[in-house]
Amino acid sequence: MTRGPQPGAARRPATTAALGADVSAFAGRPLAEVFPAVTRTVGKGALGNGWTADEAARATLLSGAGRAEIAELYRFGDTAEKLAILKALQLEDIEQIVGEDGLALVEDAIRTNDQRLLAAALGPYATRHLPAATFRQAVLKCVFAGVPLAAVDGLPARADDELKRMMADFAAERRAAGRSVPEDLQPYLER
Amino acid sequence: MRIFDPHIHMTSRTTDDYAAMAAHGVQALVEPAFWLGQPRTSVGSFVDYFDALIGWEPFRASQFGIRHHCTIALNPKEANDPRCREVLDVLPRYLAKDGVVAVGEVGYDSMTAEEDEVFAAQLELAKRFELPVLVHTPHRDKAAGTTRTLDVVRESGLPAGRVVVDHLNEVTVKEVADSGCWMGFSIYPDTKMDPDRMVVILRQFGTERILVNSAADWGKSDPLRTHATGQAMLAAGFTEDDVDQVLWRNPVEFYGQSGRLDLTGSAAEDTFAGNSILRGARS
Ligand SMILES: [Zn+2]
Repeated sequence: MTRGPQPGAARRPATTAALGADVSAFAGRPLAEVFPAVTRTVGKGALGNGWTADEAARATLLSGAGRAEIAELYRFGDTAEKLAILKALQLEDIEQIVGEDGLALVEDAIRTNDQRLLAAALGPYATRHLPAATFRQAVLKCVFAGVPLAAVDGLPARADDELKRMMADFAAERRAAGRSVPEDLQPYLER
Repeated sequence: MRIFDPHIHMTSRTTDDYAAMAAHGVQALVEPAFWLGQPRTSVGSFVDYFDALIGWEPFRASQFGIRHHCTIALNPKEANDPRCREVLDVLPRYLAKDGVVAVGEVGYDSMTAEEDEVFAAQLELAKRFELPVLVHTPHRDKAAGTTRTLDVVRESGLPAGRVVVDHLNEVTVKEVADSGCWMGFSIYPDTKMDPDRMVVILRQFGTERILVNSAADWGKSDPLRTHATGQAMLAAGFTEDDVDQVLWRNPVEFYGQSGRLDLTGSAAEDTFAGNSILRGARS
């Protein structure tokens, strides 16, 4: 199975600077109180570069924060804040700040029962940092939770033999129960 | 009949309750932070609870087409435990969240000095975050507790219209009506208030500034009491519009003062005329 570049992939911002978000309205106030209130100030309109206004503003606020501060914002974040932080991990400067510590955030999101968090966790940062065993379990969890596999950045590139074996077993279990096998699993079942 | 339950503890309820509520017209609700029956002994338990109120529970509600918002506070019962006092320090983080539409439940349980202090501190937070306040009135010594509550609210300088005083009954309603605060009624099986008594109060005090809730929680309670009250109103001769005011427009108006109500996705979003108080419109 092959997958060409996504439409618009070339224009995808690689750093927070490329997002072009203005966060001057938030200056001088505690980040812990500013970060949750971002959407009420900038809205959530699409910027046309794959980001919404609030996601971009939150990422830009993170670019001025420290590693521990980002972890704490995630810890106390509501779903929208957590989604924004997980998305921001793909930006080079944010990845620089969090280093390997971003893994703890990704793993936290994978443990939840919320499809949105699960999908957001499996972005380019997870592709680059997540250990193989964790990645395989997370992908299988997507299959169970109904998260489309197209949303997983690391697929198909990181689909190793072990993951394909797990997918085949899952499909066999479904067929044995007389249940359908998700459409997007098919390409991984062809040997 | 579209219903906004302004006070219900969904954390303690099952998915069957969500399904039944949706089937009876409940499209939006507010879940106030309160105690869980089993006393908590550390700030960590509260933080996890608050996280559920802004994370897991709205997600669960959305699966039934119900919009979930919450109120955040250190409740008066647990305000008396010094181990829980640190909760006050984490409140600002949560009061900044989109899904938080009021400070609450605050107020009195046993009317101790600790409760006084925590109540006053949280009224200050309501001013700082420009949020409405949901005040619980005590089960024991209710009339005296209500009087003291109204005194403290007055002293805080908060506009009366930003405060709802809840769990009222025939004895306490008059004083709250005169204060300018909103009047909250919890329609509970056996205790507090029932639909027919509620109808009598609505006849006497009218349909403005009144919130009717089920206050359903982990005790013997019923999440469909709001619907039952609407039916009792219709049977008593109130119009559909009266019912809509009490069960939908009033809670939207009260919590809409937060500027954070988001009713998109509820079936009622198109039919709500006073759009101006919905999310974002305030700024
Ligand atoms: Zn309550």
